[in-house]
Amino acid sequence: MAIWSTEASSGELTIKIQGRFDFSAHQEFRDAYEKVSEDPKGYIVDMKETTYLDSSALGMLLLLRDHAGGDNSSIEIVNCNPDVKKILTISNFEQLFTIR
Amino acid sequence: MDNQVQVVEPAVSEIEHLRILIADDNDSDRLILQTIVRKEGHTVYTAKDGQEAIDIFREQSPDIVLLDALMPNVDGFEAARTIKQLAGDNLVPIIFLTSLRDATSLADCLAAGGLDFLSKPYNRIILQAKIKAFASMRRLHETVQKQRDEISLHNDRLIHEQEVAKQVFDNIAHPGCIDAPNIKYLLSPMAVFNGDLVLASRKPSGGMFVFLGDFTGHGLPAAIGAMPVSEIFYGMAQKGFSLQDILREINKKLKRILPVGVFCCASMVDLSFRKHSAEVWVGGIPDVLVYRSKTHQLENLRSSHLPLGVVDSDRFNTDSTIIQLEKGDRIMLWSDGIIEACNDEGEMFGEDRVREVILGTPDADNIFSNLETAVERHTGRDEQDDDYTMVEVTMVGEDEMGDYFGVGGKSYMAGGPKDWSMTYELRPLTLKEFNPLPLITHLLMEVPGLRPHSGKIYTILSELYSNALEHGVLDLHSELKASADGFARYYAERTQKLTALDEGCVRFHIDHHPVEDGGVLTIVVEDTGPGFDYQTKEENSHRTEGYSGRGIPLINTMCRSVRYLGKGNQVEVVFDWHVDV
Repeated sequence: MAIWSTEASSGELTIKIQGRFDFSAHQEFRDAYEKVSEDPKGYIVDMKETTYLDSSALGMLLLLRDHAGGDNSSIEIVNCNPDVKKILTISNFEQLFTIR
Repeated sequence: MDNQVQVVEPAVSEIEHLRILIADDNDSDRLILQTIVRKEGHTVYTAKDGQEAIDIFREQSPDIVLLDALMPNVDGFEAARTIKQLAGDNLVPIIFLTSLRDATSLADCLAAGGLDFLSKPYNRIILQAKIKAFASMRRLHETVQKQRDEISLHNDRLIHEQEVAKQVFDNIAHPGCIDAPNIKYLLSPMAVFNGDLVLASRKPSGGMFVFLGDFTGHGLPAAIGAMPVSEIFYGMAQKGFSLQDILREINKKLKRILPVGVFCCASMVDLSFRKHSAEVWVGGIPDVLVYRSKTHQLENLRSSHLPLGVVDSDRFNTDSTIIQLEKGDRIMLWSDGIIEACNDEGEMFGEDRVREVILGTPDADNIFSNLETAVERHTGRDEQDDDYTMVEVTMVGEDEMGDYFGVGGKSYMAGGPKDWSMTYELRPLTLKEFNPLPLITHLLMEVPGLRPHSGKIYTILSELYSNALEHGVLDLHSELKASADGFARYYAERTQKLTALDEGCVRFHIDHHPVEDGGVLTIVVEDTGPGFDYQTKEENSHRTEGYSGRGIPLINTMCRSVRYLGKGNQVEVVFDWHVDV
């Protein structure tokens, strides 16, 4: 599991998660969006290399959403593999996030 | 890293005075050794043979033992074995003193439990270095042992705390009617600490609610949300609230008390044995399956909602699916644990296998146990270790459910007030400042099974009360309300007259008595006003246009009868109700 984030010049913060996204990623995931110099305009969570997602990861996504302004937040979750997508779908997270 | 070692090491070893046992049958060797060791600042005990060494060890339990291999009576090898036994868990470094040179003999020293050997004649520097090295090994061992003990202490405490928490939890989240004849379930005894929760309650109307929840996370944080959920569930279920009411309340409570990121995936079923139907809500949990016993087919009810505790009440959606069921049809609920149960290769059990097992079972009665076995076989673990939860609810005839209400169920429902009457008189001071309708409604809702009718009852009460107050006590005329202008004037006059009110009253006579599967509620509202000639008025009581006059016809559609009594200052409404809702 590894997480890193990059800020684009357009003002968006991309967070990539590699491997299993579960409770062990808690601190690293928080650091990825809390330790940025400026408040990003939007967030992109790139799950291209994410193999698995558990319910605590869903909780972490909610924490990010809260951090990003709750209902006013702009967060895209992109490049999900079918397993990951299924978990997001069961939880109906498309009601809270833009999932592509 | 290196720096740290250099700083700490000399300081510690300098002040460390060890107690060292030296056993050697050779007097001069023993004396040399004793002198060297004592010079280092250690305390020395000496023994002339193995037996003596054992005896001293028993009394003094020294930190390090230097043992000559070959001694009379009990030799060094045997002494080493005994000393090791006596030391038990503690590490007592044994160093063999030997003039033996052959590899086998040296190996024997180590095999007997020695950690090292020292060849005669003794080299002072090597001896010092070895004592130092073994002293630090001993310290390390002690530290590890201490930490191990602390960990096990913490673990014991944690388990104890969990057991206490579990007891409290069990008292709140009692099993309800989960042991009812039409329910099968699998839930590990400490499941609440995995965040899993199963609740079931009979409804006052005879139906049944089943709730399966799965909180995010593990341990106490996962368990903590379970308490309010079960309190709300049982409290509201037994008072006759609807599935929507209960879910809305649970969501509201969880959203308020849980930190962001902690929530409850859940599914809830409202089963009506009378109508042979079920209402199902699924939020954030794997598909609920419906098994049709006649056709041997499966239907999926997909999660279409966010889990509980994620969004505020205004965004929370309680839309549910209503399905018709036949006797023997089953509804299966689960947490993701069963779907995600992995075998040694990390392969999940998966929904496909679930379907396969169900459809591959000819006798529906065996579906549940076959699933259980299949998951166990897949994971290679037995029931004890599982952290998956599943529930099977079967549609049965109402007669088969019989009187089964479970823990805290029937007694509560049977305990409500069913057969009573009361009179409630509101005098001017009260009429001015107090709205009696919530209080009366609340009182009526204590009647077991009546709650689903609360909407209608409130409408009836409020129509009758406003008529009695406005047309009776305040003597306002509804003709005023015929125009929009007059409507406003009417209410201005109402406020004015009410403020000035100093006599008159409104009386409620409420009577409830139970009948089979329901009850009869009679409400008489009486006022001290002049009344009216209802004989002639009733003929055109079906007027439903304009701004007024809709009240009584509306009530008429809701109850058995509406009658005016006395001089028209009393109205009696008889409301028949049945639990069939």
